[in-house]
Amino acid sequence: MGTKSTLIKVTPQDYDKMNKEVQPKPKVLRNCVMALLVGGGICLGAQVLINLMFLGLTSGMESLDEASVLAKQKEAQTLGTVCMIFLGALLTGLGWYDILVSVGGAGGILPVTGFANAMVSPAMEYKHEGYVLGVGAKLFSVAGPVLLSGTIAAFLIGVLRFFF
Amino acid sequence: MPEGSIWFNLIPAFLIGGGLCVIAQLLMDLTKPSFTPAHVLVVFVVLGAVAGGLGWYEPLVKIAGAGATIPLTGFGYVMAKGALEGAQSGILGVLAGGMSAAAGGITAAILFSFVCAVSFKPKG
Repeated sequence: MGTKSTLIKVTPQDYDKMNKEVQPKPKVLRNCVMALLVGGGICLGAQVLINLMFLGLTSGMESLDEASVLAKQKEAQTLGTVCMIFLGALLTGLGWYDILVSVGGAGGILPVTGFANAMVSPAMEYKHEGYVLGVGAKLFSVAGPVLLSGTIAAFLIGVLRFFF
Repeated sequence: MPEGSIWFNLIPAFLIGGGLCVIAQLLMDLTKPSFTPAHVLVVFVVLGAVAGGLGWYEPLVKIAGAGATIPLTGFGYVMAKGALEGAQSGILGVLAGGMSAAAGGITAAILFSFVCAVSFKPKG
């Protein structure tokens, strides 16, 4: 009877312990795989878009030198990025991007599409508070810190280059 | 550039872009829950800017294309690159360089986000 009661006493604690120890590991691995697939997939899609734009931009031209190829590549890259931002904002508006974030985690958050999502989502949510304090302010609840950190980091790097 | 070779950049784009997202996912899963997606974005923008400033991010962009520019590290890289280029023309160039290099993306993001936030109703 003694062993039985200790078994009953210990088992729930053991179970909790095992749960805590065992559960996170497969979840972390699973999350990483999903982040790779979704995040990689978004970047792959963006690259397809950029390649198509590059082909479109250079379609009429017969001979291209190195410099104009690089210029067209840069142009295609900017256009592709802008398109991805638009798609991210549009899919968020339609309510579809949240699915991508819940499936892919950081894979949906880290690409610029996720940045657009982080802008649209709270702005849409707080629209009832008006265009200034609702949409206007909430549009930058995530974009604000991102712009702040990017601007300051870039400035400090530029200053270091300027003086050294 | 030989015909058809531009499609070879799809696999590096997938792997590098996905790899950056895996690092972000690990950062979220292995730290305390107060580390939100906003924190991840901020950390990655700063990392991208620092890597850009040190000249480490440029090769990644050459190899992976969108795999390096689409994750938010690419945003930090573009701003750092702009500030570095601006530094050649003086301290005012440093002030303007970062923002002007990223101006297209920032304006596009603000414009599209505003239009979408105004035109759609939130779900649920």
